[in-house]
Amino acid sequence: MSAREKKAKTSDEPVGRFELVISEILRLGVTLSLATILVGLALMFAHHPDYLRSSADLVRLTSPGAALPHSLSDVIEGVRAWRGQAVVALGLTMLILTPILRVAVSIVAFAVERDRVFVAVTSAVLAVLLLSFVLGKVG
Amino acid sequence: MSPLEFTLTLLGISVGAGFLGSLVGLGGGVVVVPALTLIYGIDIRYAIGASIVSVIATSSGAAAAYVKERLTNLRVAMLLELGTTTGAITGAFIAGIIHSRWLFVIFGLALAYSGVAMVRRSQRRGEAVPSDGWADRLRLHGSYFDEVRGREVAYRVTRTRLGLFLMYLAGLISGLLGIGSGVFKVPAMDLGMRIPIKVSSATSNFMIGVTAAASAGVYFVRGDIDPFIAAPVATGVVIGALAGSRVLPRTDSRLLRLVFVVVLLVISVQMVWKGLR
Repeated sequence: MSAREKKAKTSDEPVGRFELVISEILRLGVTLSLATILVGLALMFAHHPDYLRSSADLVRLTSPGAALPHSLSDVIEGVRAWRGQAVVALGLTMLILTPILRVAVSIVAFAVERDRVFVAVTSAVLAVLLLSFVLGKVG
Repeated sequence: MSPLEFTLTLLGISVGAGFLGSLVGLGGGVVVVPALTLIYGIDIRYAIGASIVSVIATSSGAAAAYVKERLTNLRVAMLLELGTTTGAITGAFIAGIIHSRWLFVIFGLALAYSGVAMVRRSQRRGEAVPSDGWADRLRLHGSYFDEVRGREVAYRVTRTRLGLFLMYLAGLISGLLGIGSGVFKVPAMDLGMRIPIKVSSATSNFMIGVTAAASAGVYFVRGDIDPFIAAPVATGVVIGALAGSRVLPRTDSRLLRLVFVVVLLVISVQMVWKGLR
């Protein structure tokens, strides 16, 4: 088998395909999240013209104790009302979910390969990631 | 300062942080957190929350390219992520309960270490790679195409359990301080597990996104990610990192690294000072 044939064969293997899928998920996830974040930021300024001048607003926006959207229902509710802050939070949530989605897809990849040990390893990583959303409520 | 001025200046600083970070091989977090706390006087937990989100964005962007080039060892990455993610949620949890002055001190010390690690030369590796039952059973060994040598290079992985433990610590620092902590992950794989440096860097980058996602979940639910601060930081750092990766092949980074080390050490002293004062 020539080197080229060998290379063509590897790219047909599940892992080769899944590497491409993973790469695309990461690229698309980042692009879409950043676009959403920018739209949200623009909405914040569009809804509050005084943000262009008033320095009192800055303290309120950046100090602890501000009512930040920090649950999925906060975000969804705010996005429906077209609140800029919630749209930014939606973009940030999408960004956090991007690597998590990548891990979920990897579980499928290892399952296709019938690699039970790595299905278990990757599922455990996914479980830790999901646990993080619970732990934030406790801490 | 008006909110608009805040957004624009912070965007500028973040672009610069991402640009420099990608030129010297560190993430933007090491610059962003000190800038937010020392220049704008922002609460350090909000600074860390904004930084960790930008870490996900830059790592995922770069990882997309490395995975395509097949430099990343996906099996090693998935396994070690067990360590980094549990470490990350531990770190994020601790960050929520300790006094913020200690976050300043620990951040300063981590910066100083990053600076020293940047100039320290990596060790020569003459001896044979000790065999490791875990690495054999989990089929962690791999190969990559070395562009300099123009051929496929095979490598064997060792000390898997030590690697997992070191990754727990690296994840803990990442979650505690909101930085990617590649500076701790790469030596663990390169010197500890004997994985070639290029594969170590690519694999570290791949893991950083998942590690950061684990702690970002904790910060988000706790309400420590302020959209108004995180938005310019995340977009700015990514734009800067993209620009940096474009000019990187044409840059002589030695002088730049030296200058950056000095800057890191100065910031490090300021952070520790602010914490202890």
